[in-house]
Amino acid sequence: MYSHVTKADAGEPMRQLDAKDIVRTPKPRQWVGTVIALLFGSMFLHMLITNPNLQWSVIGHYLFSHAILSGIALTLELTVLAMLVGLAIGIVVAVMRLSDNVLLQRISWAWIWFFRGVPPLVQLIFWYNLASLVSSVSVGVPYGPTFISWQTNSLITPFTAALLGLSLTESAYAAEMIRAGIQAVNRGQVEAAHSLGMTGAQAMRRIVLPQALRIVIPPIGNDTISMLKFTSLVSVLALPDLLYSAQEIYARTYQTIPLLLVATLWYLVLTTILTIVEHAIETRLRRGHGSGPTATAAGPGTRWRLIPAWQGSVPKASP
Amino acid sequence: MAADSGLAGLGSEGLAVTGEPLVVIDRVRKSFRNVPVLKGISFEVSAGEVCCIIGPSGSGKTTLLRCINRLEKIDGGMIYVAGRPVGVMVHGTKLREMRPQELADQRRDIGMVFQSFNLFAHKTVLANIIEAPVIVKKTPRKTAVADARALLARVGLADKADAYPEQLSGGQQQRVAIARSLAMNPKLMLFDEPTSALDPELVGEVLAVMKDLAEEGMTMIVVTHEMGFARDAADRVIFMDDGDIVETGSPAEVLGNPRQPRTRSFLARVS
Repeated sequence: MYSHVTKADAGEPMRQLDAKDIVRTPKPRQWVGTVIALLFGSMFLHMLITNPNLQWSVIGHYLFSHAILSGIALTLELTVLAMLVGLAIGIVVAVMRLSDNVLLQRISWAWIWFFRGVPPLVQLIFWYNLASLVSSVSVGVPYGPTFISWQTNSLITPFTAALLGLSLTESAYAAEMIRAGIQAVNRGQVEAAHSLGMTGAQAMRRIVLPQALRIVIPPIGNDTISMLKFTSLVSVLALPDLLYSAQEIYARTYQTIPLLLVATLWYLVLTTILTIVEHAIETRLRRGHGSGPTATAAGPGTRWRLIPAWQGSVPKASP
Repeated sequence: MAADSGLAGLGSEGLAVTGEPLVVIDRVRKSFRNVPVLKGISFEVSAGEVCCIIGPSGSGKTTLLRCINRLEKIDGGMIYVAGRPVGVMVHGTKLREMRPQELADQRRDIGMVFQSFNLFAHKTVLANIIEAPVIVKKTPRKTAVADARALLARVGLADKADAYPEQLSGGQQQRVAIARSLAMNPKLMLFDEPTSALDPELVGEVLAVMKDLAEEGMTMIVVTHEMGFARDAADRVIFMDDGDIVETGSPAEVLGNPRQPRTRSFLARVS
């Protein structure tokens, strides 16, 4: 094709063309599409604004009401706690999954299999009804005397049932993410730690996990946003989170749609904030935390980067 | 001869007998998936000696080095460092593999420098160096930091203490890696092709640090392609090919006047 561009074909003398003169290619189809989209969008907005059933005044009335705000507080509390507990368990399960001990591997496999397989809603209800399966929980010698005992009903409040269901589900997903993160840390890091006299446990705690957790920060951010939405499941346990607080109000006033919209607006606000935070963290990770000049021969880098570029250029060690 | 001192090492667990070589490699065999990579290697390294291992890729020299601090397990023979079998405990006539803590204790005395540096990517230069002294040896932090700064000055990087590894050039990273190993006061230093991943203009600075170390009397086993370094700094050169030692002797003998045709053809190719 290149060779076809001769003086005759192009109708331009060669060596007089300049790429800076290129104009934008017109995109008529994109224009048509935009017009149609705007039309539908404005119809939808018009419906939203003028439809009396939406009752904007009701929305305005409840948007910052005490019940809704305390619901938001509970939603956030559940999100943070479930993520923290889930991640803590997930780290342990991931390390077990990668251990040399076959028993630990199997336990970890079973844990992930179970808690990833059972829907969180089923788990919430199950945990809440634990008392009908196990009436009391006690510490003592197996099949022998007990030292302390609790009634299951006093242990399992709606809140603990919710926290268990959400965090255990999260732990299974977190374990898989963290396992991938651990495996992504260069093997040489562990060998260097070993050669300095560190045990496997020390190398894992001091060298591998800190790097693995940095790698999985973006997916953890993603999971946090999911968790925020999953917390709405706890409304089945009559736990006054954002959704249940809205439900409670419309059960009294029958203003179903406006109150669902109140909840929707707040969920959107919260997920938007979390998304912005997540993006900020990711950009910061990519940029290298502003720790001075990072542009080395290896290219624009970051000290958080998973595998520094120079390792790609290293010839494979001879066996 | 290697076999004799090997047997002597068996009984004297944990005792470095004076006059004994620091490292004894005795009939070491190792295979990867039935492919033999070390076919019964034996040699000794005395304290203070600098021993360079050269040979084509795939000759088993890196594997041998990795066996000396048990990053690889051996299938036969035995390796002794400071009179103790590596990675193995001896109870009477029974041998058992070391527990993780025992192995970690043994590895403290054996420093290793890798081809790809392997600095801890999430830690500063200073944190890299004090990590093992503080965590493994329980050296007080203040002492460890002072020692680390002295080591950094020694490798010419006193001003880089707070830099992260990837802000350094390859040559600087490798010098930090050497300092990090030295921070544990090892009796023996292993170098696995320490300059192979470096740009040519950065090789010299790393070799200079290694030469200083050799002159200070450190016992060193160096797998290298740098014939110049072997000629200048080594007390002994071992040429390996195909899992075996082909030729060993002083640098003048092996590099200057090789007896074996395989050594000659290898040297002709690399220089």
